[in-house]
Amino acid sequence: MSLIELSGIDRTFQLGDSEVHALRNIDLGIAPGEYAAVMGPSGSGKSTLLNLLGLLDRPDAGTYQLEGRDVNTLSPDEQARVRSERIGFVFQSFHLVPRLTAAENIALPMMLAGIAPTERSSRVAQALKDYGLTDRSGHRPDQLSGGQRQRVAIARATVMHPALLLADEPTGNLDRATGEEVMRLLEELNSQGVTLVVVTHDQALGARAHRQIAMLDGAIASDTTSA
Amino acid sequence: MNVTDTLNFARTAASGTPLRTGLLILAMSIGVAAVVMLTALGDGARGYVVEEFSSLGSNLIIVLPGRSETRGFNPGNLVTSTVRDLTVEDAEALLRVPGVVRVAPVIIGTTEINARGKLRETMLVGSSSDFIKVRHLKLAQGRFLSRDALGHGSAEVVLGALISSELFGTENPLGKTVRIGDRRLRVVGVLTEGGRGMGMTTNDLLIMPVATAQAMFNSNTLFRILIETRSRATVESTKAAVLKSITARHDGEEDVTVISQDAVLQTFDKILGVLTLGVAGIAAISLGVAGILVMNVMLVSVTQRTAEIGLLKALGATARAIRAAFLTEAAMLSLVGAVIGVALGESGAAMLRHLYPTFPAYPPSWAILAGVGTALATGLVFGVMPARKAAQLDPVQALSKR
Repeated sequence: MSLIELSGIDRTFQLGDSEVHALRNIDLGIAPGEYAAVMGPSGSGKSTLLNLLGLLDRPDAGTYQLEGRDVNTLSPDEQARVRSERIGFVFQSFHLVPRLTAAENIALPMMLAGIAPTERSSRVAQALKDYGLTDRSGHRPDQLSGGQRQRVAIARATVMHPALLLADEPTGNLDRATGEEVMRLLEELNSQGVTLVVVTHDQALGARAHRQIAMLDGAIASDTTSA
Repeated sequence: MNVTDTLNFARTAASGTPLRTGLLILAMSIGVAAVVMLTALGDGARGYVVEEFSSLGSNLIIVLPGRSETRGFNPGNLVTSTVRDLTVEDAEALLRVPGVVRVAPVIIGTTEINARGKLRETMLVGSSSDFIKVRHLKLAQGRFLSRDALGHGSAEVVLGALISSELFGTENPLGKTVRIGDRRLRVVGVLTEGGRGMGMTTNDLLIMPVATAQAMFNSNTLFRILIETRSRATVESTKAAVLKSITARHDGEEDVTVISQDAVLQTFDKILGVLTLGVAGIAAISLGVAGILVMNVMLVSVTQRTAEIGLLKALGATARAIRAAFLTEAAMLSLVGAVIGVALGESGAAMLRHLYPTFPAYPPSWAILAGVGTALATGLVFGVMPARKAAQLDPVQALSKR
């Protein structure tokens, strides 16, 4: 059974008086544990696709099944729960809460899920250790380097043990060496069984994935799986 | 999100923008402090007046010479406009009126007292032995005026506390002779300090028998007649009986005014109670303004934290959790403002009491409750709109904003 099953997905945006067809008739299946890169020029619809996969957006037509469940028919609260328990996000601009420390940022999803504080702190400590941030736990984001910030963001995205990790240009704001380090972290998570979907316009980055999905004008132009 | 987490989250969100939070709390606290202080003032004024009057006793009837015209044209005025004097005989006759327990005729004037070479100008009250009971005064030393017939003027005097200490110092004044006006009188008692009523203190007062005072002033009219009735319930009926008795003695002409302490007191109590409510209402307007400020600040906060709200949604926050977080923040700011406001108002009232010790400027507890309650309610009511706006944000657009 595939983790993600999209069929006939359409998404149109109204921009002024013109309609923008962000996604047209997308059919896509992603198996559990896969490492897929969604590539394409800007405006090709790859970010819209990612938002759809992350339940931040709804399609105008078509069905989206996540782990066999039609998630588009769920109520907003049930969707929030799916986001909380099954999906992790990594953003280009990190999106850390500036007034919270690294540890508090990592604890945020668990706090929203209502996990008890004692379990929270032990899981945060483990995450800080896993990502080499233990001595940075009390620092606020503006006291961290770009690479450290993205590591905090990844720790936050994985602290709820999601099945699906969605990364939107995860290295876009990082230099080459730090970007490399972040990608290695994400790939390591993938090797542990987490399904990883990376959106990027960087060919080299996309080439690292096992599967490349190229998008153009809201449609899938090519879908190749390397060995 | 559980309650503690929501509270913590709101607290850090509020302390993340110290200037904005500080200004909001300031506005809220000024509103609450205004309510607390103004009601303290209003209630203090009420308390002051009530105390002034009730120190006279609650079952007191006062007879004043002259008629305060409230019944329109009186044919008696055509015949004579001169007012008959109140006399000691009138006072004596009142003792026979049913319901009357004590009668104290009062004559007032200024005079000089001279003792051991020291001279002092002072207020003199001529009255009877019942005066001390009717006015609820207390003696520090000696005894009060002797229980003679009203017409009998013995040469004795009771001194106010201040007069006694100024003339005699720490010496015992009892039995000493003082010269008052052109007469020599013997000191028989000293009043306790701090007796008050009708806007004057008894500290620098001399009290002597009414006949002695009348002789000294060469007058046989009275300033007032104070009457104590058997109980508070009989005040009204006794009042009518007193008026009838004096009218009969004054050839059928109603030329005195009889007022009861109780009626005056109730009127003042009512008027000043309404006044307190009025100033509380005016102060409450500033709380409403503070409430609108809460809404403004929270709306700005929602706009500034758009990306954060989008992130929270991506991390699995329900709309309810986000609404709760923003509402909690609004309520928290209002509550902190209210608590500071109560502290400010209380210390302001304490300052007033310190500056004017006789003025009981205590904020009534209903005003404190109402002030805090209104602050919290406005904070919540005006916090609902921004909180809903935050919860309804589209996460995709919110996240794309940096």
